Amino acid sequence: MKITVDMDKCQHYGQCTFEAPTVFALNDDGKLEYTGEVDDALADQVEAAADVCPMQAIEISA
Amino acid sequence: MTQVVVVGAGLGGLRAAESLRGQGFDVMVIGDEPHLPYNRPPLSKESLKGGVEVEGLEFRRKHDDIDWRLGAAATGCSLASRMVMVDDSAYPFDGLVIASGIRPRHLPVPGPQPPVLRTADDALVLRARLTPGASLLVIGAGFIGCEVAATARQLGCEVTVTAYDAEPMLRPLGAQLGAAMKAHHEAHGVTFHLGQGVAEFHDDGVTLADGTRLTADVVIEAVGSVPNTEWLAGNGLDLADGVLTDSLMQVVGTDVPVVAVGDVARFPNPRFDDVPRRIEHWNLPTETGKRAGQTLGALLNGEEPTGDFRPMPAFWSDQYDVALQSYGQPALGEPTLVDGEWSGDCIVEYLRDGEAIGVVGVNRTKDLMHYRKEIGAA
Repeated sequence: MKITVDMDKCQHYGQCTFEAPTVFALNDDGKLEYTGEVDDALADQVEAAADVCPMQAIEISA
Repeated sequence: MTQVVVVGAGLGGLRAAESLRGQGFDVMVIGDEPHLPYNRPPLSKESLKGGVEVEGLEFRRKHDDIDWRLGAAATGCSLASRMVMVDDSAYPFDGLVIASGIRPRHLPVPGPQPPVLRTADDALVLRARLTPGASLLVIGAGFIGCEVAATARQLGCEVTVTAYDAEPMLRPLGAQLGAAMKAHHEAHGVTFHLGQGVAEFHDDGVTLADGTRLTADVVIEAVGSVPNTEWLAGNGLDLADGVLTDSLMQVVGTDVPVVAVGDVARFPNPRFDDVPRRIEHWNLPTETGKRAGQTLGALLNGEEPTGDFRPMPAFWSDQYDVALQSYGQPALGEPTLVDGEWSGDCIVEYLRDGEAIGVVGVNRTKDLMHYRKEIGAA
């Protein structure tokens, strides 16, 4: 599955990192970094991460 | 088929509906607003600056076979006959989700009630009036009031904030951070009249309890909220402040399968203690909605709901270049500075009986994650 984060919306709150820690992380500057394409086995985690984003900046596609 | 009715089409209603549809139940959602579920925090920020319409704020929806009944609020409910009423229509259910949320509180003082900011439609009206040079009076210095004040300054409005409390955001943040946020606002040109209640509303402002008359082109009232529970009256439920549930979000006081979610639910969180509380933080509708979906699913399948539910409340607020972020329940503890300076970027822990029950960071998002682990861990 493909993941796109709208970096104009993202405020680097890091809530996604709690739900899908292998996909999303904050770097040393506190900015979001993420993996754009992940195995479907992580679908539940990635869905949960998208759900908890306060800015609703995470988009998922097949 | 087993029918679930969800009353309330906000974030909590959406998450519960998705969970239950995902379990195979038929799901109808009744919402008072004409819009599909959308994200409210931008209403006091991006939406007022323009260019963000409600369609752009809609949440991603995972199911296209949920029955949305939008534009009219539930007006009544009979648990005994398992019916929700919307005016003259009655909708039968096997299981009910209470997700009716909150509405803005109004001060009980004489004079014409000022407008509020709760819905996307409210934001459209306010946006049209916040033109450069216009004066704005904000009644209330909580998060919504302060965010509107900051946005209005960025739009070139003259802004005055008045509130009964001595500092902005006093209850959630404490006196020290409240004072620091007041200084941020003042540095951006906001004028405060704090520590005075409102005695009377006028079309162009207010008279405060000490006789001070404040006038403005635009007035907005942001003095907290009231849970929407009137439609549940007469069913023997505890509606003292929202709807009382157990720690798995099952409504107390009825044998009918009913759960409550989001801002309207008063529930104990074992992360902190056994005291039921309503929590109006952004992430709780998602957390409680998913949990309530599991609980109601079990009840409808004739099973006992099981598990442990210890959600971590979290909130955020952006005002100018200040990003506030919080975990836990800071309002229940005594603020203690643990890093930085009160007046600058800092981390504040809130202690109850010597243990951290909440933490707030000012422009310290990444560092805050470390402190999050310690909140209510016992």
